[in-house]
Amino acid sequence: MTPAIVVQFLAQGAQMFLVLLIAPLAVGVTRRVKARLMRRQGAPLLQGYRDLAKLVRKESVLAESASWLFRTAPYLVFALTWVAAALVPSFASGLMFNWAADVVALVALLGAARALLALAGMDVGTSFGGIGSSREMMIATLAEPAMMLIVLTFAIAAGTTRLAGVADFFIAEPIAVRVSLALSLVALVIVALAENARIPVDNPVTHLELTMVHEAMVLEYSGRHLALIEAASMLKLTLYLSLLICLFVPFGMAPAAAGLGGWLIGTLAWSAKLLLGAALLGVWEVSIAKMRVFRLPDFLGVAFVFAFIAILLAYLSRGATV
Amino acid sequence: MKLAYEISHLLAGVMLVVSFALLYQQRIAAVLNAFAAQSITLALAVAWAAWSEDRPDLFITATIAFLLKGIVIPVALHRTVTRLGVHREVEKVVGVGMALLVGLALCGLSQALVVKIAPVAAGLARDELALAMAIVLLGFLMMIVRRNAVTQVVGFMSMENGLILAATGAQGMPLVVEVSVAFSVLIALFVFAVFVFRIRERFDTIDIEALDRMRGDRR
Repeated sequence: MTPAIVVQFLAQGAQMFLVLLIAPLAVGVTRRVKARLMRRQGAPLLQGYRDLAKLVRKESVLAESASWLFRTAPYLVFALTWVAAALVPSFASGLMFNWAADVVALVALLGAARALLALAGMDVGTSFGGIGSSREMMIATLAEPAMMLIVLTFAIAAGTTRLAGVADFFIAEPIAVRVSLALSLVALVIVALAENARIPVDNPVTHLELTMVHEAMVLEYSGRHLALIEAASMLKLTLYLSLLICLFVPFGMAPAAAGLGGWLIGTLAWSAKLLLGAALLGVWEVSIAKMRVFRLPDFLGVAFVFAFIAILLAYLSRGATV
Repeated sequence: MKLAYEISHLLAGVMLVVSFALLYQQRIAAVLNAFAAQSITLALAVAWAAWSEDRPDLFITATIAFLLKGIVIPVALHRTVTRLGVHREVEKVVGVGMALLVGLALCGLSQALVVKIAPVAAGLARDELALAMAIVLLGFLMMIVRRNAVTQVVGFMSMENGLILAATGAQGMPLVVEVSVAFSVLIALFVFAVFVFRIRERFDTIDIEALDRMRGDRR
């Protein structure tokens, strides 16, 4: 084992823990910005960590009708989401497991996590869990095709679905007006909002019976199980922000051959962009109202339409240059 | 050259997106605003082509598109709608989702057609042609899925926008034809407006479904 491999391995491990460490902070920034814009004091930025610590210490209460699935689902959901979040290139594009950071693989990992969570939501047999699971699945069936089309747009532009490859391609490419990429940015933002249960689709802070989606699904969880699920949803938010950064503003990311200095700059740039993205999310959330559930197919349909037009235009312009 | 191509591509793409917005919008006022946006984007696209390809006659086309279809026709339609007292929801034959899906299929169709008929060497013009054809087909679709007479007018006008875009991307149509098309569209607007008022007087609605009864094949 050569030292280079060890360093590579350590860097990959650092990325893995970096996303886990920064995820509660990103959520904290979003909440804080929202609170400030509503002229409230707001919780401190580190509240996310404290919430998780509190939940881990608490006793986990299980329903009598809960099966083994209900108990194992939080661990699996957390593990799948963490793996997915750790795969998205953050500070450097040439890490050890970058060959695995394929967008299709990410979609599959997140899909598996969502399926588990939906099953767990229905496991106990309360009506809220069932409603939440069914709505989550409705949203997912609309968001996932759009996501796949976005992936294909990038595959056409960069010639690969590996995230690191796409990021390298866009760092090397001169900045250009590309209407297909602008459209897929809009589509990806809509998909990200839907997947993270953010405001026009779902409200992450209420437990209002009729409108909740994600919260309804996890209503039966408590204690360390809830901590894992909360951590997973924080990681998912970080993942999508990181994905947007990696695909659309990868500047500052260290290239494959960079040393420690490059990685440091990359980490700083990535953290700054991530927290800025989280703050923008907060601004977005206070400036828009939640949609009715029955309007959601139209909203997500827009993402699908945009992604489709994007891929059409990407195909067209490729045909022109070849 | 690359930048010129990218910007014309961008503007044509924006027009296509606005075409979808026309299909998506629920309220008449929003539909009219979207149509104005599409016409202004068309004017920009034509002006860009005039500037980058050094064809000054296209500036006239751009001006006509901007003044007539970007300002005069939307304002006239807005006033018509206010006088008719209909700014509520647009009546539709099929739902929004269905209309969007059919629209996507039409986009695919136009692309497939253009790839078949145009040689690869035609590159730049071919892209514009595919987009323009998609816009024309979406205008058709809008006339089919909307039952309100005012939105049918908008569908017709947006079809004409697509035609002008196609003409710009190709060798360009002679200015005489251009001007006469513009004015015939304006006259068509007047005819439509008169018809809309007559329909309203006769049937107390501008839902064109009411016209079916005139043929006697209902009931």
